[in-house]
Amino acid sequence: MLRYVVRRLIGVIPTLFVLSLLLYVWLRSLPGGPATALLGDKATPEKIASLNHTLGLDQPLWVQYAKFIGRVFTGDFGSSLASSRPVGAELADALPATIELSFAALLFAVALGIPLGYLSAKLRGGFFDNFTVIATLVGVAVPVFFLGYMLKQWFAVDLGWLPPSGRVTAGLDQTKITGFLILDGILTREWDVVWDAIRHLILPAITLGTIPLAVIVRITRASILDVLNEDYVRTAEAKGLRARTIRNRHVLRNGLLPVSTTIGLQAGLLLAGAVLTEKVFVWGGIGSLLAEGIEKRDYPRLQALILVAALTYVLVNLLVDLSYALIDPRVRVR
Amino acid sequence: MTTLLTRKKDRIDELAEHGDSLSRDAFRRLSRNPVAILGAVIVLLFVLVAIFAPLLAPKDPYFRYLIDEVRQNSPLPARPGFPLGADQNGRDVLSRLIVGARQSLIVGVLATVAGLVFGMLIGGVAGALGGWVDTLLMRFVDILLSVPSLLLAISIAAVFKSANQWTVIAAVAIVSVPIFARLLRGAMLAQRHADHVLAARALGVHERSIVLRHMLPNSLSAVIVQATLTLATSIIDAAALSFLGLGDADPNRAEWGAMLGDAQTYFDIQPSLAIWPALCIIVVALGFTLFGESLREALDPKNRR
Repeated sequence: MLRYVVRRLIGVIPTLFVLSLLLYVWLRSLPGGPATALLGDKATPEKIASLNHTLGLDQPLWVQYAKFIGRVFTGDFGSSLASSRPVGAELADALPATIELSFAALLFAVALGIPLGYLSAKLRGGFFDNFTVIATLVGVAVPVFFLGYMLKQWFAVDLGWLPPSGRVTAGLDQTKITGFLILDGILTREWDVVWDAIRHLILPAITLGTIPLAVIVRITRASILDVLNEDYVRTAEAKGLRARTIRNRHVLRNGLLPVSTTIGLQAGLLLAGAVLTEKVFVWGGIGSLLAEGIEKRDYPRLQALILVAALTYVLVNLLVDLSYALIDPRVRVR
Repeated sequence: MTTLLTRKKDRIDELAEHGDSLSRDAFRRLSRNPVAILGAVIVLLFVLVAIFAPLLAPKDPYFRYLIDEVRQNSPLPARPGFPLGADQNGRDVLSRLIVGARQSLIVGVLATVAGLVFGMLIGGVAGALGGWVDTLLMRFVDILLSVPSLLLAISIAAVFKSANQWTVIAAVAIVSVPIFARLLRGAMLAQRHADHVLAARALGVHERSIVLRHMLPNSLSAVIVQATLTLATSIIDAAALSFLGLGDADPNRAEWGAMLGDAQTYFDIQPSLAIWPALCIIVVALGFTLFGESLREALDPKNRR
C-alpha cells in the first residue's frame, strides 16, 4: 500500500511542473499584457515600458519563469497586480470561503444524491425513476449562474426567506479563528453567527451542488442496477437473507464503490462552478478572486489560482484513488 | 489460392464491419425509443430554426426599435409587436432568440468539431503507434485533464486581449480535446489485440489499412456519442464564458450565451430577458443530451437483442 501511495505521489510532480510551465508561457506571451490592463488603453508606450520594467515583465520569459518557480517553493506567488497584496495572502483569505461553500454543496449533493439514486434503481421503470432520470438530465443542462440568479430572485428577493448575497450579515460580531465562519462560530459558541452563516450558505450551496447532485444520482442508479443483477445478490435472496441485510451488506457496499470515484471527480466541477456561483452571490472566495483577476488581466493571481486549482484537483483525485485502493484491494495489484 | 485469400479477407472485413450491422441494429432501437425521438426532434427543430433564422425572425434583430423608451427604464416587457419584449438596446428579443439559434449552433458545432478533430488526431496517433509516442501524447492529455474544464476554458479565453466569437470557440474546443483523445485511444488500444485485428495482421494486411479500415471504424461509436454530448456542454460553457465577461464582445451579435450574460445586469428589473435565452440553452442542451444518451444505449452491444 505504501509503495502504491509513493508511486502515485511521484506521478503527480511532472504533471504539475509541465502545467506550470505551459501556464506561464501561455499567460505571458500573449498580447494585452498586464501593464496595459493596469494603465488603461490610453497609456503611453514609455509608461507601459517603465511599468513592465518595475514588474520584471521585460526580462526573458525563462528568467521570469525560473524566478516564479523559485518563489512558489517558498509559498510566495508574487503580488497581485490588481490589489498589490501578496497573492498567497489573498488566497489564504479566500480559501476558507470557497472550501466552506464547496463542502456544503458536496454535502447537499451526496446526502440527497445517493438515496435518490438508490430509490430510482429499486423502482426502475416506474414513475419516480423516469422522473428522476429526466430531472438529472435537466439539472446538467441548466447554466449554473442562471440557476443561481433564479434561486436568488425567488427565495431571497421575492419571498425574502434567505439573504441574497455575502457570507454573513454585515456588522455581526464574529471572532476569527480559522476563517471558516460556521466552525469559528461553533468554537466560540456564537450561535447567532452560526445560524446567520448557514442561512447565507443555503442558496449558494444548492446552486453549486445541483450538477454534482445530478451526476451522483445517475452514477448511483447505474451502479446499484448493476449490482442488483449480480449473482451474489440473487444467491443472498435465495438463501432467505433479510432484505435489510442484503441491502447493507451486498448492494450498498458494492454499489457505492464507483460512486466514491465520482465524488472525487466532482471536485473539478465544484471548483469551476464556484467561480460562477461566487460571482452571483458575491461570495468573496477563490471564484470571486478569479473573476476579478480575469477582468484586470492580473497574471500573477490567475497563475497562482489555476495552479492551486489544478493541484487541489489532482490531490483530491489522488486521495479518492487511495481510498479506493483501501476499500478494494484489487486496485493495488494493478 | 488467391480466391481463398480474397474470401478470407472478405470474411475478415465482414467481421470487422459487424459495426455496420450494429449501426443498423442501433438505428432500429433508436427509432423505437421515445426519449431518443424527443431528443432528435428537439435537435432537428433547433437546426431548422438555425438554418432558416433570417426568414423566421419577424423583425430585424439588430435594429434598435425602442431605443428612446429604453433610455428611461432599461429592458421593456412584452407588448404588441414585441411578444417577448425588447432588450436593453430596444431590440426585439424574439427575433434575437431566433437568429441566436444560428449563432449558438455555429459556436457549438465549430467548437465540437475542432475538439473532435484535434482529439482524434492525438488519440488516433497514440492508439495506432503505441510505445513512447503514446506515453508522451497521453502525458500531455493528462495535463490538460488535470485542470477542471471550465477553468481551462477560462484561462485560455482570458489571455486574448479582446474576446470574440473565435476566442470563445477556441477556449471551448480545447476543453474537449483531451476527452476525445483519451476516448479514441482507449477504444483503439482495446482493439490492438482483438481477434479481427490479429487475423488481419496474420493475413499480412498492411498496418496502415488495419488502423484505418479496422481499428478506426470500430472505435467511432464511442466518439460519436461523446460528440453529441459535447455539443450540449459546448453551448453551456460558451454561456458561462459570456457570463464572466469572456464571451463575444460584439454587442450586435445575437448569441444565447451572450444574451444571457448581458441580461444579468437587468435581472431584478426584467428577469424574462435572461429566462428566454436560458430556456433555449436548457432545451437544446437537453435535446443533445437525450439523443446522445439514447445513442450510447443503442450502440452498447450489451443491449443487443
